[in-house]
This record gives sequence, C-alpha cells and structure tokens, in this order.
Amino acid sequence: MTTPQQGWEEAYQNLPLRQEDFETMSGVPVDPVYGEAPFPGQFPYTRGLHAGGYRSRLWTMRMFAGFGTAQDTNQRFKELLAHGGTGLSTAFDMPTLMGRDSDSSWALGEVGRAGVAIDTLADMEDLFADIDLSEVSTSMTINGPAAILLAMYIVVAEKNGVASNQLAGTIQNDILKEYQAQKEYIYPPRPSMRIVTDMVNYTTQHLPRWHPISISGYHIREAGSTAAQELAFTLANGFAYVEAALAQGQDINEFGRRLSFFFNSHIDFFEEVGKLRAARRIWARWMQDRYGATDQRAMMCRFHTQTAGVSLTANQPEINIARVALQALAGVLGGTQSLHTDSFDEALALPTEKAARIALRTQQIIAHETGAANVADPLGGSPYVEWMTDEMERQAEEIFTYLDDLGNGSMLEGVYAGIENGYFVGQIADSAYRFEREVNAGRRTIVGVNAFTEGNQDDNPHLMRIEDETETAQRQRLTNIKTRRNAQQVNEALQKVTDTAADPACNLMPSILDAVRVYATVEEISQAMEKEFGTYVEQAIV
Amino acid sequence: MENSTIRIVLAKLGLDGHDRGIKVVARILRDAGMEVIYLGIRQTTDDIIAAIEQEDADAIGLSMHNAGHLTLAPALLAALEKAGLTTPVIIGGIIPDQDVAQLTTDGVAAVLGPGAPAEEVVAAVRQAVNQ
Repeated sequence: MTTPQQGWEEAYQNLPLRQEDFETMSGVPVDPVYGEAPFPGQFPYTRGLHAGGYRSRLWTMRMFAGFGTAQDTNQRFKELLAHGGTGLSTAFDMPTLMGRDSDSSWALGEVGRAGVAIDTLADMEDLFADIDLSEVSTSMTINGPAAILLAMYIVVAEKNGVASNQLAGTIQNDILKEYQAQKEYIYPPRPSMRIVTDMVNYTTQHLPRWHPISISGYHIREAGSTAAQELAFTLANGFAYVEAALAQGQDINEFGRRLSFFFNSHIDFFEEVGKLRAARRIWARWMQDRYGATDQRAMMCRFHTQTAGVSLTANQPEINIARVALQALAGVLGGTQSLHTDSFDEALALPTEKAARIALRTQQIIAHETGAANVADPLGGSPYVEWMTDEMERQAEEIFTYLDDLGNGSMLEGVYAGIENGYFVGQIADSAYRFEREVNAGRRTIVGVNAFTEGNQDDNPHLMRIEDETETAQRQRLTNIKTRRNAQQVNEALQKVTDTAADPACNLMPSILDAVRVYATVEEISQAMEKEFGTYVEQAIV
Repeated sequence: MENSTIRIVLAKLGLDGHDRGIKVVARILRDAGMEVIYLGIRQTTDDIIAAIEQEDADAIGLSMHNAGHLTLAPALLAALEKAGLTTPVIIGGIIPDQDVAQLTTDGVAAVLGPGAPAEEVVAAVRQAVNQ
C-alpha cells in the first residue's frame, strides 16, 4: 500500500521542473510542498491539481483582448505574444456576442466598441492572420453564438493546414450563467443546452485538446453575487451540464476531463483563496460520488481566473494597479491554471495598450520575483485558510441542496427552475444592493470612493477610444463580402442549419461548419437556428 | 414637482446587458420615494418613448457600459424631440470625463459615473425633473 506521501513523491519525481533549484532570494532552499496529506495532485485536489504546483509549469498568462476590427485585434494579439503572453483570449463586441451583424439596427454604436467585430469567416481569417494555430492556445469568450464562432475557428485552421485535432483552447459556451448574470442569451434555455451538448459531443470526437465549456462564475460575481454564491451557482451549472451530457449518453470520463471553469478573484484576499480551494474539492467529490467518474482527470476542476473588474474605481484609477496585483496573487495562491489581470483604466474605458502591458507585467512580477510560485499551495494548513475553505464549501452545499430539491433530485432541472422563477437574478441583485448600501453607509471602505479621496480631481489618464470609422468600415466590409459570395450556396447552407435544428438527434456542428465555409454571417446562421428555437426575453424585475 | 411623486423610466438601450448598476439605481430611487418603471435590457428608442408616454414619466434613466453612449444617447434625444417630449435624460455608467461635456451639450440632463453615491443619484434625478 502506497502512502499519500509516497504517492506524492513518485508523482513529483516524474515532473519536468522549470528550474533546477527553488530557493528564496536570500538563498534558503525551499521544499515543493509543506504540510499534511492529501497533497497537491491528490484527490480531492483542495491543494491543487498538480503535485509540483507551479514548479513544472507556471499558469498561462492569458490576457483578454479585442476591439475594433479584426485587423486591429490581430495587432494587439501579436503584441501580447511578443511581450511574453502565452495564450490568446478573444473579446467580441456586443453585436457578435448577441448573434447580430454589424449592419443590424441593433448594432448601432456598438460595432467594435467593447470587443472585436466578427461577421463572417473573412473577419476570423484576419483575426488570426500570421498566428500559428497549432502552436497557440486560444480562448473565445462567447456564448449564444458559440457554435458559430467555434466553427469559424475550425475553418480558419483548416484553411491554414492545421487539423482540428491539433487545436487547443477554450470556448466559454456557458449559456446557463447568461440567464443568471451576463444576459447574452439568444434562445430559451433548453434549446440552448442542446447546442452546448452538441458542441461537447463534437469536440470530444474532433477536437480532443479543446475545452468546449468554461463554466463561469466570473460574470455572476461581477453582477453582484457573494463569493459563496459565485462558487455555488457556477458549480451547480457545471452539474447541470454534466447531467445534460449524461442524458445524451456521453461518457463522463471523456467529456469530464475537458470541462473547465472560470472564476473571479475579488478583493477579499483569504475569502477568494478559500473559494478557489473549495471549488476543486467540491467538484472532485461530486464528479466521483454523484456522477460516477472514475478517471481522476474527469474530477479535476481546472480553472481560469480574472481579477474583479467591478472592484476597479474610476477615481484615482492608478491605484487599481495595486488592487489587481493583490487579486492576481489570490488567484495564484488559489492555484489557478490561467490568469487575466485587469487593466487599471477599465472603470473608464477599454484598456490602452500600456495599461494592458502593466497588467501583464503584474503577473510576471508575481511569477518571477515574489517566489509565490515556488511552493505548491503555500497557504494550505493555515487554520484560517482551511476554515475559510470549509466555510465556502458549507455555504455552497446549502445552495446545492436548495437547487436539488427545486429540481426534484435533478440539478439540471433545479437550475432551469431557478432561472424560470427568478431565483438566481434575485439572489444576485439582493447581494449587489446590500453591498451598495454598505458602501453608501460607510460601513465598507473603498479607497478613493468613500475614503482617502485626495487626488480624485487629478486628470484622467490617456484613454482608449474606438472611433466611429470602425463601424462604417466594418459595415462596408460586410457589404463587400455579401456581394462576392454565392447567394444560392448560402441559402442552402442556412436551410440545412434550420433543418438540423429541427432534429434533436442530429448534431448541429457539421451544418454550421458548412454555412461558415460559404461565408454565411453570424446573424444569418443565428437566425437560421432561431426559426426553430425561438428567442428568450427576460422578465424585467428589480 | 417638489411634492408630487417622481415617476422615472429606467432602461438599457441597445444590446448592452450589464444590468447590475441600473438595478441598484432602481432600488435607490424607489427607496427615495420615487416610482420606478424598469423596462429591462435590450430596449429600443421606440420602446422607451412608448413607455414614457404610457407611464407619463417625469424622467428617463439610461445605463450605458458599452462605450456606445455618444451614438445611442443622441439617438434617444432625437427620438424624444421627434415625439415632442421634453422628458429629461439622465445617464449612468462608464462614461469618460471627456464625453460628459459633449453629452450635456447634446441635451443630457446629468451624467453619473461609477461609484456615484446614492444621494448624488437621487439629487441628480430631482434636479433634472425640477429644472
């Protein structure tokens, strides 16, 4: 019988390490891990997924970027890669996120403003021009039209001679949290889940290195939830996706290991570390005990972390650099697999290139100067941190019990019911309002907002602006493509998408890929599905 | 207007779905004794004009987080003018300082930035209505 200690030693000895010796800046050698079993890399992974923590590999410094036209964002991507970024992360503009083209009346004033505008395959070709898609890993933050954008990515790679099975990356594709927090849905929840499960199924077969869902608490937290609500709602959504895939007859050990998560790292340092540690433990237990996973990799909660945009202040924006650094450190000490650090000017506008570079440098300081990456789970064993981890788990389990009851023993039905009865939006709005009242009453101090306001009158830093010409240029580009393409091919391809949508036994991806290949637009493909699926309108409640 | 209840329509214009701020503002204004008609996200200028007429609203609050304010706010102002309405428009959200002057010139009654305290929000609405 191998002891946990022996098991850990064996795992650690087999790891390639990123440097020979790990010691403090004063020359004191440090061990890879301290404290008790279970060790990092051991079930239930509270202490991290890997035996060596960040000793073999640092987290991926994945900076979210996107603005203007595809060519504009392509430039920013190349700069981020040149500055040492190790993965790409794409922000799409609002029309793209909502499945609308740049020439839609809904797109007025929003083309390329908060992300990059993508209408057709031609834009996607520009977005990834001169970037080797077999080398880079790409994250795409898109949900409602996720299948269309994934199809575009696959076709761009195909045209560059990169096979699907070489593609590495993540597509957010977490539709459930859209109804709860981010509000970028198109269709009602159930047909949306069909699209998600079709994508999970398709990527399992054709894109083995792709993460088909990034189950995201980030937006839930930004919308105002507490840390425990973020944790619980996110994992509950995760259970719902697992149940939906199981209902389709998919193998939990196959799709389970390609699920990934995305959490917020907010400003209450130890609460965040506890939340991230609890996330791994809860996920591992539920995947094994409730859903019967047997492959350890299918029990691992691997996640991306982003610092809390909502915590940034418009007053004295430079002090946000300090907030971001602390939040990033919490993410690292919580054992994140990848990290985006917010730019200090985000409460004012889209980040400038300089602000984005400072944010990346912040991660590099943590990685290479602080020594925080030299020991796995360095806070593990601290009575406070262990208590906080337990407390986050306890609060989350209470919410799971509520949702499980709501769904009569099905988390999937519980989550649907919670969307329909306003549970999620109500809980989130209540938490947001409570926080606001506390700030307003002075019970919570926010530096530069309700205290320490000297300096608030200083001039604003230079801000990023997207000019109106972007919108005009993008519309013109779309018109040109619509003129050049073969209209009959497009119509046939779109009809095929609608037909496929009508047949739940048929996977949607092949027909969407065909529509993308003939330069059908995001909105056309989206509406081809809408004919069958209908749309979702949220009941406005405050 | 001092003594009558202020009726305000709150809405998100266009595709922007960031509704945390506007929901908090809705509760702040309601707690301050105003009648709040929250239309929700994804509203068009026509939706907003119809609501103002139907609800006989005294003010409109728009929340904007997608950098589209210099296009969308003037579009609403033009629609109001066309409909013969003089209802004051108050905007909250991510609006760079440089754009505030432009919006005010265009006819926006007040602009509230992120972190504006509750009293400031309430006072801005009262002032806009009483002007």
